[in-house]
Amino acid sequence: MKNLSAFLFSILDKFMRLVELPTVYVQKKIGVQRMGYLFVAPNMVLFSLFVFLPVGLAIAYAFTGGTNMLIWDRPFIGLENFSRLLNCGSYMDPASCEFDLFWTAVHNTWWYTLLNATGTLVMALITAVVLNRLSKGKALFRSIFFYPVLLSPVVVGLIWKWFLARDGLLNALVLDLGGERTIFLLEVWWSRFWVVYVSIWFHMGFFTLIILAGLQAIPRDIYEAAKVDGTSEWRQFWRITLPLLTPNLLVVAVLLLIRSVQVFDEAWVLTDGGGPGTANTFIVQFIYQTAFSSEIRLYGLASAASVLMGLALLALTLIQVWLAKKAEY
Amino acid sequence: MLKFLTRTRRPGKMDITDILSWLWLTLGTAVIAIPIAWAMLSSLKTQAEVNSFPPSLIPQSTVSTQVEGYDKDLSVWEWTQASGETKKVALVRRIGIKATVLDMEKPEKTFQVPISEITQLKDVHFQWSNYTDPLERFDFFTYIKNTVFVTVVATILTLLLNSMAAFALSKYKFRGKNAIFMLILSTLMLPLSVIMVPAFIVIVGLNLADNLWGVIFATVATPTGVFMLRQYMLTIPDDLIEAARVDAASEFRIYWRIVLPLCAPALAVLAIFSVIWRWNDFLWPLIVLSSPENYTLQIGLNAFQGQFSVEWHYILAMTVIALLPVTIVFLVLQKYITEGVAGSGVK
Repeated sequence: MKNLSAFLFSILDKFMRLVELPTVYVQKKIGVQRMGYLFVAPNMVLFSLFVFLPVGLAIAYAFTGGTNMLIWDRPFIGLENFSRLLNCGSYMDPASCEFDLFWTAVHNTWWYTLLNATGTLVMALITAVVLNRLSKGKALFRSIFFYPVLLSPVVVGLIWKWFLARDGLLNALVLDLGGERTIFLLEVWWSRFWVVYVSIWFHMGFFTLIILAGLQAIPRDIYEAAKVDGTSEWRQFWRITLPLLTPNLLVVAVLLLIRSVQVFDEAWVLTDGGGPGTANTFIVQFIYQTAFSSEIRLYGLASAASVLMGLALLALTLIQVWLAKKAEY
Repeated sequence: MLKFLTRTRRPGKMDITDILSWLWLTLGTAVIAIPIAWAMLSSLKTQAEVNSFPPSLIPQSTVSTQVEGYDKDLSVWEWTQASGETKKVALVRRIGIKATVLDMEKPEKTFQVPISEITQLKDVHFQWSNYTDPLERFDFFTYIKNTVFVTVVATILTLLLNSMAAFALSKYKFRGKNAIFMLILSTLMLPLSVIMVPAFIVIVGLNLADNLWGVIFATVATPTGVFMLRQYMLTIPDDLIEAARVDAASEFRIYWRIVLPLCAPALAVLAIFSVIWRWNDFLWPLIVLSSPENYTLQIGLNAFQGQFSVEWHYILAMTVIALLPVTIVFLVLQKYITEGVAGSGVK
């Protein structure tokens, strides 16, 4: 094993010597300090191709119509994509909209975001506070609560699909307790509940860790002083922990909102593509379907929806940056 | 009562807050562990066992035996006689509520018993073929191969390219350096879900659609990686680099032989994250890859569960395969992962 890695490393080293030759030439030409351009170039090329160019393209495509993929084959149609997406009798009623699926997705995403963000924040906060007061086993429980974060959305979706299945463990428990067998993922409200539940289960550990880091930054001596004064732990939480943690929590809350708006992967796997019907169809799924999985690939319309979602996320990001700045002072 | 609830903690004594804390931890652990454990247990059951309801906890299978004079194996049942005595019998056939059985000790003679008096015997049995069958009969071997390829290549490229960029941004002075750094950080705010449509069009333009390299190239430049490594490199003293320059080492050599080895701890953390990210990637490969021979494990597993939605014994076994590498990495390196997340907020 050691020999093998030494061998591989020697090959890599020889290869790097070959790479070195042209860089030496460039170095002679441009000087030492400007070698920075060379080192940052590969990354910048990739960022340009896969982030900056797509941002420009998304905006450009949003103003074009037709089904051609190449931008110069697409007719410019101005704001038509946006006006069609926003063409609604009433925004409260998706059925009155030209693209009812988009507005169904917007409504679903809105409710999901609200419930998921609140649920995750509360659960993560409680867990972090509980973990923080542990003297023994802190690392162990921190790892247990964090573990789901590392699973893939497909794995999480399938594990829960199996747990909630008609013949699944949950139904066996429900029947055992005298309840009625329910096909949870085929009922509108149950499936919505479980999508939020599974999301909280999946991502809570990540936010727990961040809040825990914030808790550990609160100086210990404040609590020592409170203890000397005989302040109860509940009171300490409401009077010391929560106020000192609030700036932190606000940043976490906005981060949660940003993540929640982009819900797709695990919900898509869990609900077999947003079902039952369109009960769990979210905005990202609408974009994905419009651009990739429908018969007619409407790149312009999908881009317009992306731009709208991007603007919403941008607003949230600006709020987050502002809150984070405020939290620092 | 109020006094009891609000009194302060004394060392060595459990109060109500301690009890609630432990309750929360126990409950939380159960909620996290049970669905995963259940999927793992189920993945070792036979297809018949997976589909039976109510489900059994431990993977079991029915016991069968060979009896002389019968072509097929007979299933073994336990017969509870009216006297309360129990006896092992083999089931020959079942008609209505009567079962024709034979005594295992005296297999020559068959007799009839009501089926309410017999229960089928089962013993613990792990159906390992759930794990091997999909590799042979379906494309899972290809999926795993593709995923390993993407994970390894993307991680190596991530380490190389991001450390180069971090080196440039921490150790050189050139015009536009800060602007470039801000540009790289700004990509944190542009999630894939917003730019997936045009990003795919770029992939098509580069002729990388339905190609594993299309999956790799779009993911290797990461703002978190650049940021993490840059912060680490800032702690490397500039004198070291100056000394190497005096010795006439080329800039690339300084990067490769001095800076990179010194960054080993930060590189290791980034490598761990990169492996987990790439192994778990879903949305991007879903968009880029279209033919099954190019699927990664996540995409292949998702397609398989859509197509063979009743074959849960295979689906669950492959789910366990998909979570195993990440789990092993986490078990071994959990300290670095949780500290890395808490320290930089990456995921």
